[in-house]
Amino acid sequence: MLEVFDLSLRYGKHLALDGVATNIERGETVVILGANGAGKSSLLKAIAGLVKPDKGVQIKLDGNPIAGLPPHLIPSMGIALVPEGRGVFGDLTVEQNLLLGAYSSRARSGEEARRRHVYELFPKLAERRRQTVNTMSGGEQQMVAIARALMSKPDYLMLDEPSLGLAPVVVTELFETLGRVRETGVALLIVEQNVRISLSVADRGYLMEAGRIVGEGTAAALRRNSAVQRAFLGMA
Amino acid sequence: MNGRLALVFAVALVALAALAFAPFYLGRYQIGLLIGLTGYVTLASAWALFSGPTRYVSLATVAFFGIGAYTVAALNEVLPYPLVLAAAAAIGLAVALVVGLSTLRLAGVYFVIFTFGLAELVRQLVTWYEVNVTGTLGRYIFMSFGPEQIYWQLLALMTITLLISWWIGRNRLGLALKVIGDDEVVATHCGIDIARTKLALFALSAVIITLVGAIQAPRWTYVEPGIVFNPTLSFLTLIMALLGGANRLWGPALGAVPLFLLFEWLSARFPDHYSIILGLLFILIVFVLPGGVAAFAERTFGQRKPDPQTYGAESALSRDTADARR
Repeated sequence: MLEVFDLSLRYGKHLALDGVATNIERGETVVILGANGAGKSSLLKAIAGLVKPDKGVQIKLDGNPIAGLPPHLIPSMGIALVPEGRGVFGDLTVEQNLLLGAYSSRARSGEEARRRHVYELFPKLAERRRQTVNTMSGGEQQMVAIARALMSKPDYLMLDEPSLGLAPVVVTELFETLGRVRETGVALLIVEQNVRISLSVADRGYLMEAGRIVGEGTAAALRRNSAVQRAFLGMA
Repeated sequence: MNGRLALVFAVALVALAALAFAPFYLGRYQIGLLIGLTGYVTLASAWALFSGPTRYVSLATVAFFGIGAYTVAALNEVLPYPLVLAAAAAIGLAVALVVGLSTLRLAGVYFVIFTFGLAELVRQLVTWYEVNVTGTLGRYIFMSFGPEQIYWQLLALMTITLLISWWIGRNRLGLALKVIGDDEVVATHCGIDIARTKLALFALSAVIITLVGAIQAPRWTYVEPGIVFNPTLSFLTLIMALLGGANRLWGPALGAVPLFLLFEWLSARFPDHYSIILGLLFILIVFVLPGGVAAFAERTFGQRKPDPQTYGAESALSRDTADARR
């Protein structure tokens, strides 16, 4: 289980996260909803070790503290991140991106089998393994980013706004793929603005506002939640 | 693919053998030229080893080159030659680690300026030490071997440098280095320890450069800081690597050979205007061939797609369009 306790984070004077507590079980799919600037991305960055939280032991993986670890060690703990926007190395081919995805020592064993498995999940990428990623469409690049992250053999895959800037039909395809990833037993922690589709794959969700968790519940409950409906689903 | 690789290796081996036997057929002047050539090919390749993929433009080349040369000057009568070389390499490594640890977090132009300052700092420190502690400025190097031995040592070092570049280029480490230049954040997410990788490569490159200085030192007989810490060497190395293409195995060599011969000719023919011509050439190369000859040739003649891993405007353009598509 990946747990976050009382996590606070500042950028200068700005309090980006204010006592956030979340948890995600192995194999679970959890979505974090919230407006721009609510602190969703900061939460993922803090877990990934990219930003240092205020103090104390606030992030635990299976009971072991991981807050404060340098970011390059996080993948070897079984936590992968697909960052917002650029999750790929555009100058490299698909195959080379996957090779780098398996950089950590954790990912080296069984790398070949995982590559085959990833290509089964993303048959389109298998056809284009020698193509330079820059020359691919936005949706395909996002697939490469996810495939790259999966090569690190994660137990927990964090995705920061995976649907950002993609056409609706591509978003649908992307979330179908995420559904297949989920079936392989990888836990997904998704930050999304596209509430409808992310709730359709999620087990549970959190609502964030101004750096705090202001609500949580099962995906079905959140869909019925009036605050969610008003703020995100365009219902009165 | 493997057949092709074997062929390339065979050709390289024949060329190496021919180069190794060359001194038996050549006069002193030509051997001197070969020493200069191998020296600069090694310097440019070692420079590109670190600066090519990471895009950290280093002007510290002469700092390490000078450290190598000065170590030989200071120790040549104290220690046997192999130990002198080892000492030079060790000092180069130590300086590279200290400098690397303190500067590799600097980005872009700050790194360039720091490395340029470093070369000057080392030179001033050596000068200060010689004036205030030893009381002399200038040392003599007496070695019992001739220019052929210097040449063979450089040839061996050049071969090792090219082999290292080749090995890194086809290794996961080579890819990792490339993407550090592209996007440090995503690279970190892959589990690449960026700081350590950069430091290791910087140190490796610096040790090779130090050894070039150490091996070439006996050519001078008389050495003083102004000679071995001449900043022109840093600029020459940089422009050679850029001309050839810093991201290709053969790129730096491709730039070093013609430029060295050209400079040799220019300095003999126009000794007074040499620096002016040099400056103009620098400008010309950066404007006309920003990605280097190797990338240019591939774009023009090859079926290979243009490699966006260049310094050119084209890569920035292709990246922008890719962004726009997202």
